[in-house]
Amino acid sequence: MGTAQYPVTPETTAIFPEITNIPDLFRTCIQCGVCSGSCPMGEVMEFPPRKAAKMIADGRAEEVLASNTPWLCISCHACQVRCPSQLLIPDGLFPALRSAVMAEGKNLEQDLQKALQNTYLYGNPMGISPRKRTEWTQTAGVPVPIISQLKRPVDVLWVVECYPSFEPRNQEISRKLARILNALGVDYAILGQEERCLGDCEWLAGERGLFEMLIERNIEILNRYQFKEILMTDPHSYRTLLNIYPKLGGNFAVKHLTVFLAERLEQLKPLLKKRVNATVTYHDSCCLGRKTGHYDEPRAVLRAIPGLELAEMIQNRESSLCCGGGASTIYLDRYIQERAKDRLADRRVHQAAATGAETLAVACPFEPSRFEDAVKLTGQEGKLAVRDIIELLAESMELA
Amino acid sequence: MNIAVLTKQVPDLVEGVEIDASGKAVDSDSIRYILSESDDHALEEALLLKERAQARVEVFSLETGEVRDSLYAALAKGADRVVIVATGAETPPSNHTAAKIFASVLQGLSFDLILTGVRAIDDLDGSLGGLLAGYLNLPYVGLVRKVETADGTPMAVVQKEYPGGYAAELEVKLPAVLGIQAAEQPPRYVPVSRLRQVMKTAKVEEKDAAPAEAETVEVVRMFKPEEGGGAAMLSGTPGEVALQIVNVFAERRLVR
Amino acid sequence: MTKDVWVVAEQFQGRLNDITLELIGKGRELAQAVEGKLVAVLLGSETKSLIGELGAADVVLVADHPDLREFTAEAHSLALETALKDSPPRLVLMGSTSVGLDLLSLLSARTALPCLDNCTKLEVRDGKLFTTSQIYGGKLFAEVAVPNATTLVAVVPGSFPKPETVAAGRPEVHEIPLPADLPEVRTKFHKLIEPPPGDVDITQSSILVAVGRGIQNADNLAMAEELAKAMGGAVCASRPVIDQGWLPLTRQVGKSGMTVKPKLYLALGISGAPEHWEGMKNSELIVAVNTDAKAPIFAGAHYGAVVDALDLIPLLTEEVRKAGAKKAS
Repeated sequence: MGTAQYPVTPETTAIFPEITNIPDLFRTCIQCGVCSGSCPMGEVMEFPPRKAAKMIADGRAEEVLASNTPWLCISCHACQVRCPSQLLIPDGLFPALRSAVMAEGKNLEQDLQKALQNTYLYGNPMGISPRKRTEWTQTAGVPVPIISQLKRPVDVLWVVECYPSFEPRNQEISRKLARILNALGVDYAILGQEERCLGDCEWLAGERGLFEMLIERNIEILNRYQFKEILMTDPHSYRTLLNIYPKLGGNFAVKHLTVFLAERLEQLKPLLKKRVNATVTYHDSCCLGRKTGHYDEPRAVLRAIPGLELAEMIQNRESSLCCGGGASTIYLDRYIQERAKDRLADRRVHQAAATGAETLAVACPFEPSRFEDAVKLTGQEGKLAVRDIIELLAESMELA
Repeated sequence: MNIAVLTKQVPDLVEGVEIDASGKAVDSDSIRYILSESDDHALEEALLLKERAQARVEVFSLETGEVRDSLYAALAKGADRVVIVATGAETPPSNHTAAKIFASVLQGLSFDLILTGVRAIDDLDGSLGGLLAGYLNLPYVGLVRKVETADGTPMAVVQKEYPGGYAAELEVKLPAVLGIQAAEQPPRYVPVSRLRQVMKTAKVEEKDAAPAEAETVEVVRMFKPEEGGGAAMLSGTPGEVALQIVNVFAERRLVR
Repeated sequence: MTKDVWVVAEQFQGRLNDITLELIGKGRELAQAVEGKLVAVLLGSETKSLIGELGAADVVLVADHPDLREFTAEAHSLALETALKDSPPRLVLMGSTSVGLDLLSLLSARTALPCLDNCTKLEVRDGKLFTTSQIYGGKLFAEVAVPNATTLVAVVPGSFPKPETVAAGRPEVHEIPLPADLPEVRTKFHKLIEPPPGDVDITQSSILVAVGRGIQNADNLAMAEELAKAMGGAVCASRPVIDQGWLPLTRQVGKSGMTVKPKLYLALGISGAPEHWEGMKNSELIVAVNTDAKAPIFAGAHYGAVVDALDLIPLLTEEVRKAGAKKAS
């Protein structure tokens, strides 16, 4: 466990700013307030982003650190895509705030603390032994090759990530994807027990040391193998591997599943045999949408499914509403619930229902359980189903 | 005020525990060790006392497992000194043996308070803290959830947990041994960068202790609990299920 | 060393705890097996009235001293050390409780008598004594040979059945002589801290109606309360319900809440995640209802049904009331 071998440049400082770097990084902030106005949590924060940045520049960082602000950013990027100065708010300001709070040696919210400690010990926030990473493959119905056992280059390295490997609802989705890849004849393998969290949540939670540790290890593991591209279903890790790892020495060709499939629509269409008669509304997740700009590919894949009709929610594409789980805030649900008036996921589910759709389609592993909970809590059980795009494809391909 | 915290490493249940070939012990090869949870609480309580009363905190641990990791973390959290007590023993000792070892190490040192977790997951022969207090002829209170000290008075006021949310407030003359159930707040977090920093600069002392006259627990066999076959499933409409459930209640005389 | 079996009585607020009666029951069986006497040890202050509840014992040793009114490990250990001097028995049984664990450990070191903890089983085989302890969070059991010397044993409450009736025997009563002052005792009891008032202690309820996410909203809680009332039990919940603020923290069952061991745990709309399971897995009878056939709770429950809890609850309440009426008639 040595230190990361990346150069300290303005770019890397921007990835890991300390609170003392913020005044300089934010010197072009014109205090327009578009960030605070766009932020779904802006009303709840004691000091929304605009104000927080100004206070730090004015030497009042302590007040911001003591407030609820550091922990309410869900990293949805509603602010960052609109900021006229292109400042790094969820990617820079908030990790710096969180890092500073952690350095004070106080307690964190227990769920978050546990998640971070688990990631340090076991390479996943759930605290499950890494030896169990491939348990989901045992009932996949098709062989799921592990690259260290294949001992040859592959076209595609499918980095499964933590939720899809360990969380029961997502394990089902992973199994379906394995069958889909098999049906498409994709030459792929997974990392298996060597796989560890890619570090998106840890980075945004301000746990710089932990993120560095994960990056070092992951770059070393990935460099051991030969593959043409990395395939990912988890948009958070996808974004981090695409945009952040290259800045720290890890350059890999990486593609999200929806993009991968959109490239293969002609091959996919004949396999979509069964009609899925449903009106579906698609939720643009923040990492796949605002952060990496993939609005069309998921829709193209959904439209390829016969019988499926797409309806758009009032907030869609760049204006999509976050489910409220990014940047480790899935571990801060209790904290946020005590302070916010309503759950973002509930709001989103109402938007979905308002389109008249019976199905809410998602493409992020956090979302099935978040939205399914919201469906129950808003009394829509039986009226609105939540399904991953993979599940809809598998149904149409009769691989469910 | 000088506080000693005694910690030990226990098998990490996340990685699972298997029984070895002898059938009488856990398979040490397959085990990963972590700090015993209530010892983590004991350290946290000691650190809280340090913050409130300007005390000095020294952490002692037997040499089992990856003990250095938890001792570095203790330093990162604010402990003043950490010591590995090396006995050269091959297997983790019983609590009686461990208590005798610690008694010999701590004898003659002037600690006002000795804190340790009240229970560990591998305890078979009582609580380490209680045993240590017996060997050192010190007072002992276990299942402690709060400790208060006052400057100048050789006394601590503690809260001892009882079931159902009750607790007893007790006063104990120092020096004393306390078995901590839970610290007043959950153990604090150490950012990994701080931990790595400490690992580079800090010192973990090692102290040799003569192996005490071992007192072992004679385990004749270890075994896993029987796996349940799962629930007996009742089927039918909700009305039919309700009737079946009530029949189960009646059989067990749970209906008033 | 005699062949006797001692049971150290544990009391709280003037009443004997269940563990004492459980141990008396088991102690009687053991004493018979090893051909010794069953001796109850009662340490307290002005608690002679409790002797009546120890009728199953052959002998009751009583230490009556103001310093023993409330439990301190030091004073209780001192009293037992005095009692043990004359005729140390084969076994000294006590609960693996807040009282018993402290006492066991301190006493063991002070008297150099071996001790064993976390015991859930005690048996005699071929004239030898064995205990079984649960360790590693219940993942493993260790069977231990009890040393051939006076051994102190702490037993997990609920391991042995509580006798239905108190035996009406007339044990010999002997005093444990203690000096008026106990200057060696350096621990002093100040006061008892009570739990926050106005709410149910679910750990004391023998019937628990537990609600989870499947209850969907606070309005449906009323249904669960009705059922609990009809059964003479209390409502408790898994964490998501508490997080929603529909019930107070004192009703939370699970890792970060309470651990319960009722006679009946009726899990309604609870999936059975490990954090919750940990808090109720030792319930005597677990009946689980969930719309998800794959809910983890079905792996460990005794009975299960895949129906909607919201549909079931009112029907179950009705059936319970009918059965109760039938019983009364």
